[in-house]
Amino acid sequence: MATLRSIRTRIKSVRSMQKITKAMKMVAASKLRRAQDAVVRARPYAHAIEEMLAQVLSERDESGEAAHPLFEQRKAKKVEVVMLTSDRGSCGSFNSNVLRRGQRFVTEESGNYESIRFATIGRRGRDYAKKRGLNTRKDYAGLFGKLKFSMANEIANDLIAQFESGEVDQVFVLFNEFKSAISQKLTMVQLLPIVPPTAKAKAVAESAVKLAPHIFEPSREDVLSALVPRQLSMQIWRALLESEASEHGARMTAMGAATKNAGEMIGRLTLQYNRARQAAITKELMEIVSGAEALK
Amino acid sequence: MALQLEIVTPMQRALSTECDEVRLPGAEGSFGVLPGHTSILSVLKAGALFMRTGSESHTYALGEGFAEVSGDHVRVLVEEAQRADEIDLALAQKQLAEHQAKFGSMKSDDPDYDRMRAQVERAAARALVASKK
Repeated sequence: MATLRSIRTRIKSVRSMQKITKAMKMVAASKLRRAQDAVVRARPYAHAIEEMLAQVLSERDESGEAAHPLFEQRKAKKVEVVMLTSDRGSCGSFNSNVLRRGQRFVTEESGNYESIRFATIGRRGRDYAKKRGLNTRKDYAGLFGKLKFSMANEIANDLIAQFESGEVDQVFVLFNEFKSAISQKLTMVQLLPIVPPTAKAKAVAESAVKLAPHIFEPSREDVLSALVPRQLSMQIWRALLESEASEHGARMTAMGAATKNAGEMIGRLTLQYNRARQAAITKELMEIVSGAEALK
Repeated sequence: MALQLEIVTPMQRALSTECDEVRLPGAEGSFGVLPGHTSILSVLKAGALFMRTGSESHTYALGEGFAEVSGDHVRVLVEEAQRADEIDLALAQKQLAEHQAKFGSMKSDDPDYDRMRAQVERAAARALVASKK
């Protein structure tokens, strides 16, 4: 039977742990709000880029010129997966979901490609890849918390350089898409070659173009070659924002559960403590009573 | 008929308003847009955007991006946009000097050459816009 003192110290330590998890939960909740806001505010830009691209492409189609090199479909031999994880832990299955999916991609798809390699964003992904010996080309760490669009540009330019030099034929991005504060959806999308705009966007663009064809400044090619890399940046930017919002959501949920569990544990320990105390009192009483009996 | 001006950045929709005239820093030189302008899709370089509504006018410092004019809609898609009165002139000039110094010592085959040049251009746009407010 545990002594009174040992139970008391345990209660104390669980209680201080609960304070920490509670604080982490609240911090995550406030960060989540900001991250969620950023996701929403990035949408108009994403829409606008998509629309402009669809427009330029539909005007190009009429003249039948060659597409931009980043649309080029090659036989996919060398493939790269950009995995987005967080820099910090304590966020439930947020990171392990991404990493497990990445690992599964290797086991399932390694027969279809000559080589599969990774680029990781976030410390957790980097550490995992190092430990598991995944083939990683590049890692970015410490980006979250102060995301800037220039980071997305940098990543995009790096991927474009890899793609253009033939180092890689196909690039995917794997990240947690933000659904709600309590749910994230693991998403994998193709970044390169760039997936042409959907039929719907194309139709809208085409009808707009018929109404008023654009003049291009300096030229259609220049607009296209400036626009296409930014479309890629925008996709990476979106993945970064979604992942950050998901991370805070996941941490909030995980820490909420931890706080609740700690509360239950404190309840159980308190019960145990009271029982032990009662047993001690009863024992003492019995001793007194039997001592008094013996004196009679 | 007024123009519908929209400035969109990856961070936010920076501005959405009606105005009478817009001047944009096109890649081939600045150009003005008045109601009834023909449809155009232009690459923008870092520079100053000028807009006028009635007798009231504002200037914005833009990063590089794109502009689309369609009917009476002007959509400006840039990586950053700051209104003149939000820019700290002293800070902008200091940044410009720093970037220029760094850029001046770079060789043209440096992998960061283009990026640095873009930064110099942006800082120059900020300093210019702030000095005119």
